[in-house]
Amino acid sequence: MKATLAIAAALLTAGPAVRLPAQAVDRTKPPALPAPPALKLPAVQTATLPNGLQLAVVETHKVPVVDIQVVLDAGAAHDPAELPGLATFTTTMLQQGAGRRGALEIADEAAFLGAQLNSSASYDAASVSLHVPRRRLEPALDLLADVVLRPTFADSEVARQRELRRAQIVQLADNPVAMAGIAFPAIVYGRAHPYGRPLNGTEASTAALSRDGVAEFYRASYRPNAARLLVVGDVTLAEARRLLAARFGAWERGPVPAVPQAAPPTPAARTVYLVDKPGAAQSVIRIGHVGVARTTPDYFALQVLNTILGGAFTSRLNQNLRETHGYTYGAFSQFSAGRMAGPFVASASVVTAKTDSSLIEFLKELRRIRDAAVPDAELAKAKAYITLGLPADFETTAAAASKFRELLVYGLPLDYFDHYVERINAVTAADVQRVARQYIDPDHFDIVVVGDKSQIEAGIKALNEGPIVYRDLWGQEVK
Amino acid sequence: MRQIATLGAAFFALLPVYPSVRLSAQSLRVPYQSFTLPNGLQVLLHEDHSVPLVTVNIWYHVGSADEKPGRTGFAHLFEHIMFMGSQHVPTGEFDKLLEAAGGDNNGSTTEDRTNYYEDAPSNALPLMLWLDSDRMGFLLPEITADKVDLQRGVVQNERRQSYENRPYGLAEENILQRLYPAEHPYHWPVIGSMADLSAATLEDVRGFFRTYYTPNNASLAIAGDITPRAARQLVERYFAEIPRGPAVARPAPPGVQLGADVYATLEDHVQVPRVYDAWHTMKAFADGDATLDVLANVLASGRSSRLYRRLVYELQIATDVVAFQDGGRLDGKFELWATARPGHDLTELERVIEEEIQKLAQAGPTPREVERAQNTFEAQFLSRMERVGGFGGKADQLNFYNYFVGTPDYFQKDLDRYRKVTAVEVQQAARRYLVDAHRVVLSVVPQGKPELAVKQVVNP
Repeated sequence: MKATLAIAAALLTAGPAVRLPAQAVDRTKPPALPAPPALKLPAVQTATLPNGLQLAVVETHKVPVVDIQVVLDAGAAHDPAELPGLATFTTTMLQQGAGRRGALEIADEAAFLGAQLNSSASYDAASVSLHVPRRRLEPALDLLADVVLRPTFADSEVARQRELRRAQIVQLADNPVAMAGIAFPAIVYGRAHPYGRPLNGTEASTAALSRDGVAEFYRASYRPNAARLLVVGDVTLAEARRLLAARFGAWERGPVPAVPQAAPPTPAARTVYLVDKPGAAQSVIRIGHVGVARTTPDYFALQVLNTILGGAFTSRLNQNLRETHGYTYGAFSQFSAGRMAGPFVASASVVTAKTDSSLIEFLKELRRIRDAAVPDAELAKAKAYITLGLPADFETTAAAASKFRELLVYGLPLDYFDHYVERINAVTAADVQRVARQYIDPDHFDIVVVGDKSQIEAGIKALNEGPIVYRDLWGQEVK
Repeated sequence: MRQIATLGAAFFALLPVYPSVRLSAQSLRVPYQSFTLPNGLQVLLHEDHSVPLVTVNIWYHVGSADEKPGRTGFAHLFEHIMFMGSQHVPTGEFDKLLEAAGGDNNGSTTEDRTNYYEDAPSNALPLMLWLDSDRMGFLLPEITADKVDLQRGVVQNERRQSYENRPYGLAEENILQRLYPAEHPYHWPVIGSMADLSAATLEDVRGFFRTYYTPNNASLAIAGDITPRAARQLVERYFAEIPRGPAVARPAPPGVQLGADVYATLEDHVQVPRVYDAWHTMKAFADGDATLDVLANVLASGRSSRLYRRLVYELQIATDVVAFQDGGRLDGKFELWATARPGHDLTELERVIEEEIQKLAQAGPTPREVERAQNTFEAQFLSRMERVGGFGGKADQLNFYNYFVGTPDYFQKDLDRYRKVTAVEVQQAARRYLVDAHRVVLSVVPQGKPELAVKQVVNP
């Protein structure tokens, strides 16, 4: 539309090409590149609603869509120890009846508006998000406000979702990757730490879910003083403030639980935890231990470290296990930095017959990154990959919202990304080696392998990298 | 607001600049320029200066449908080999040079085509074109039997990870081999069989490259923070000397006629059974294709859909239900699956599925259901305009429309297809393509429990 339409209507032809020089192009070396474009990120604007609810707005007017997030300090770290899964179940129940609408009517209305309405919880936060075309923003916000402020938690709906969850938990044991996703944190943290409990609960905790439990969790944590609003997309700050004040401005403040705190478990000597999955075509490997909190001052050095080790395609783990040996479709590593120290994990799914060989290569790389300083070219590549790749993380409203959301969840300053590049660029090879030695500790690795025990046990035992113990998918001992 | 500025803003002002596209629901446009090199390479250029990024997206018009007997999975294996270096780019350097420039890349293979993209800051365009032209023009000198072996291992692990070690992961290939006759190019899955992957040779790589990886069998889309004149110069510099290849012959696929319902059972490492129904329908963009997308949406998209309501919400006999029309360039199918809850059997599920399909075929959807589906599709179209790169970004979509309908900027026309669908058309499609047609019914059941399969009483 506008001027663009007239231009777009006809097929354009590019201007006349400059004649090629007579000689062939020099292909023998990569072309020299001009300096990269300057990085400019969209600005964050802020406002505060009458009830103290804080609003952050990032205006992007490229495409008429808007992404809205209600971020709450109501994550699974607040789950009672005996009732893991309550926080995530509460987010599920938000959409099963709210205001005057029933569960199916909410789904119908969201779809009718072309809106994606999602509610979910991680350990550190709950969020309710909306992604919607600009012209349907107002009715979609009405729906969002109902879901956040006026959920009904009808008994019948609680029972229905509880039964669905029970059936889904049965299916977990069919999926080796899902099994590893539950077993690894359970083994690293244990049930005494919130990060060791399954986000979506166990069979027993699911059976114990009740209307009262959900309503109480909601009443305690869903308050404007424990929430932040984030808007990214085709709205102005003034519009966003007006639309959200009308819907969230009367949300009542109240006492909220303290931010959960728990001490990390004492590290145990390196041990291999075998979760049997008879007939598995691959072994799912997770190696790691407790890592860092998101607010660690070493975060930037760790980002560089992880990019070198296992955060990108050309990282050492993937180059070794995939591109040199062909043992896997991909090997990676990650520091899942949370409010509390989250796990460090190196991971891959490897062909069953090469389970032991893969563990050898994993351990070799995880030791090497500590033992020897990283060469300059590898360091430069990692830093360039992180810093020059940053604009892509802000290209879409949903991607930008997820970046800014991170700042809200972890209490980081809203101009955080303005200084991101300089902080990454300040990381030296010595920094990388220092944080490798501090935060990657092979003597205390928990090595979790979900695979066919009858095929892989002897090979793992022969590695002599620690005792083998047997666990189930919940990380619990198998007699 | 703060606009996203680029280093080149002042320089670009000397050339015609198209303001970044502001879309309304009435118009989806991706303005582009196009030209074809003398060697047949078709080039599409789209400017979007909203983020200082550029994407280079190449579609080679070859997919698993072009594979020879005994070599299933080869088109995808070849895709992997395209990252193993070329004459002037030693093995491993393709990815390293791009990452060092702040870029990312990937490739993917379907039945119909193989695509590759690189996304990077806009200053890296010469590097991206140097890399992509080298593997289009000069791949073979660098490829050895060892490198083929290595990627064969990676791809076999991809098959294990994404199909064999994933519950229900082998259902799709079991459907394809029953829905399409053996001589039809959609009879086998893109990933191929382990045996065929093992059989592939270096000679196969050479032949495939010479036949299909030619400039005249590809299209190149460049989108993002570019000036078309400079981009065109670079494309000509790097791609013009690559020789044209032979014309690609593609015999028309045989017709598909399912003469009777086909019941099959697959035992898998699962605890609860799942039923799949698949019908032969039509290729992408053919009459009825968008109608079947709307039908799939009404049947099983989200919690407001008919089958979710019956199977998961009301009767509580299933945990999930999915339906989609899957149209390729040559042919298409409509597929639906539902997973039973523990203690419920597939015959019970299949009976409800049949009831709901019959209801739609008799009375059609409500006007609101059709409009709801249309609004959902429209919102998806809008969100797909936000990104230039990656799979599904604007460059990839320009190549997609160019290959499938011959018009790169087909965005609005594609959306119009959905806007035109009526309730009566959905009703007629349900009757014609689902009720009156034969289907493949695949039961995936736990090992050793074939008795849990659908009983053949539902659709006599």
